[in-house]
Amino acid sequence: MTTEKQQETVELLLNMGPQHPATHGVFRMVLWIDGERVVDVEPHIGYLHRGSEKLCEGESYAQIVTLFDRLDYIANFNNELVVCRAAEKLMGVEVPERAQYIRVILCELNRIASHLLFYGTYGLDAGAMTPVLYAFRERERIQNLFEAVSGARMMHNFFRIGGVNEDVPPDFGQRVRRIMGELRRGMEECDRLLSFNEIFLSRTRGIGAIDAETAIDYGLTGPNLRACGVPYDVRKDDPYEVYDRLEFDVPVAEHGDCWDRYWLRVQEMYQSLHIVEQCLEQMPEGPVMAQLRRIARPPKGEVFVHCENPRGDLGVYLVSDGGPKPYRVKVRPPSFCSLMPLKHLMRGCYVADCVVILGSIDIVLGEVDR
Amino acid sequence: MIGREVALAAAGLVALFVGLSVVVLSLVWLERKFLGRLQGRIGPMRVGPFGLLQPVADAVKLILKEDVVPAWADKGLFWIAPILMFVPSFMVWVTIPFSRDLVIRNLDMGLFYFIAVSVVSVVGLVMAGWSSASKYAILGGLRSAAQLVSYEIPVIMAVLGVVMLAGSMNLLTVVDKQASVPYILVQPLGLAVFLIAGVAEVGRTPFDIYPAESEIVGGPFVEYSGAHWAIFFLAEYINTFVVALLVTLLFLGGWQWPHLPGVWAPVVVLVKTYLVVMVIFWFRATFPRLRIDQLMAFGWQVLIPLSFVNIVLTGIQLYYRWPSWSLSLMSLGIILAMAYWQYRTQTAPAQALARSYSQRAYSQRRGA
Repeated sequence: MTTEKQQETVELLLNMGPQHPATHGVFRMVLWIDGERVVDVEPHIGYLHRGSEKLCEGESYAQIVTLFDRLDYIANFNNELVVCRAAEKLMGVEVPERAQYIRVILCELNRIASHLLFYGTYGLDAGAMTPVLYAFRERERIQNLFEAVSGARMMHNFFRIGGVNEDVPPDFGQRVRRIMGELRRGMEECDRLLSFNEIFLSRTRGIGAIDAETAIDYGLTGPNLRACGVPYDVRKDDPYEVYDRLEFDVPVAEHGDCWDRYWLRVQEMYQSLHIVEQCLEQMPEGPVMAQLRRIARPPKGEVFVHCENPRGDLGVYLVSDGGPKPYRVKVRPPSFCSLMPLKHLMRGCYVADCVVILGSIDIVLGEVDR
Repeated sequence: MIGREVALAAAGLVALFVGLSVVVLSLVWLERKFLGRLQGRIGPMRVGPFGLLQPVADAVKLILKEDVVPAWADKGLFWIAPILMFVPSFMVWVTIPFSRDLVIRNLDMGLFYFIAVSVVSVVGLVMAGWSSASKYAILGGLRSAAQLVSYEIPVIMAVLGVVMLAGSMNLLTVVDKQASVPYILVQPLGLAVFLIAGVAEVGRTPFDIYPAESEIVGGPFVEYSGAHWAIFFLAEYINTFVVALLVTLLFLGGWQWPHLPGVWAPVVVLVKTYLVVMVIFWFRATFPRLRIDQLMAFGWQVLIPLSFVNIVLTGIQLYYRWPSWSLSLMSLGIILAMAYWQYRTQTAPAQALARSYSQRAYSQRRGA
């Protein structure tokens, strides 16, 4: 009896993460690959789950700020801002103007720092070694400034409900102006190194494209959405703090591929510098903290506040029962939503593209898992 | 008589081994320092003056480290693979000259020997990938097989161009023929093909597809540690050095330098080689990594045709006895045409796109 043996090829199941240099933290992707092609991908999250939302219910409002520092640990100030604004809105507090300007300056600088980190790690994802060192050199200037202002390089805990912890140091304006010149030069250098590099272009253009409609369906926000051509920016569409007094562009791309997302973030850095410049000119003297009771007790009610984070639209839904601690805090994390179209983006691409796509949507696992 | 020969050969081999170790240590130090300077930092500074002893410390660390073998690994193959990679990179040195006299064994078919031996190392890589019993390693091993086999062809073709010019496969003759004009001026296209394919052969950026750190975390080497990993490392750096040395010998005129007595020959070769090595390091600091399909497409659709064109042009020039500058002009023309084509198809459209995006953002602000 002759048996015909059927040669059958099966898909290789490749486990990428949670410890993998390209997953930016503890993210795990299970890839089914056929040769070098990705057939399917299954994302697994939750390795960094700390129960932040639940923890918020056991802390006083002032203490929650520290928990929000640890959500998106690349953009601490932006996270602090959103929770402070939520409590302020509930309490109807008017934040002093100087504090608002300080907040905006710090947030925009933090956006630059965050995008610089993206630039560097994206270079690494694409296999280039130098961008990350250039980016960190520039980011270091911002971190030093943050340290001078808040005493900490990360996890600042500097914003307060009703203002900021203390006034900025007397030479703040001078320092910011100095580093802005350096930053602009450094960013231009970064731009020249990577943006139009032929290999980088061929690695990123046309890869991981998503159209505007699908992006909206998946709930993408921030640079990932704007890369598809939707000019949605909370700073423009639902202005908070002093953004309505500032003049800046919202960079918009068209194809929604990896290169567009990358290019958009680089352009946003220039816009942020522009914003900081204006803030420094407009910033008035005055108090930096509203007159409040020592322990904040927002009235009974609920509120939703969102701000434009470097990664997108960060929302906080806050319910208060009138006590010193919130009844419920729900975070709408942009990184989590950015992860949603992962299957859509990765099916049919190459293994190497997976890394580039995951890098281009710029997630922070602290925010995805909370 | 025979005893003397054997003793000489043995002494040569020992000298070669010591020399190679020094070369590798110097390369590691140079790479770290040079990359550091390119990247706005200063590189190693702590161990020894200017961090000169850093590679030594690294080597000691690697040798003393526990050599872990994965439980499911094919133990035999796993042990042999590094050796299979290291031996060819060691063997090619037998015929590589540093001056007219400083060569272990000058072969008439030296270049042929070099190519034949250096191809073997791909077996070691595939073996390492397969025997590690790791999916990342298997991917890396298969990638290395595809990459090394396809980039071997342009290397051979580029070498053939030089052989046609020199009329010999003997490295001494090749260098001697460049006494007046180095072949870089005659065959810039051949140099470009050889350097690019050579960098791909040794798997360095932008062709580090099979060790791709950010994708398959080291490829075939992912399961290796300690001394075995060190052997891979050694082989990689020796191969890099060999590629640079061959560029020196084949295209940069070897030890030829005007108005310099013959004693300086090895120094001239080394200086030229280290300069070429620094160019390869410079690639590493500049370029991202290609994707595997782009790598294959580039190899088969660009490099191999170009290497054939190089050979045909060289043949025409030799047959019709045109002056040699005609070949340089044709080669340069092709290189420029390729660069322009690359610019037109890749860079220019992206720049136009970026400009249109900027204008859109600006007009949106005006409109609002």
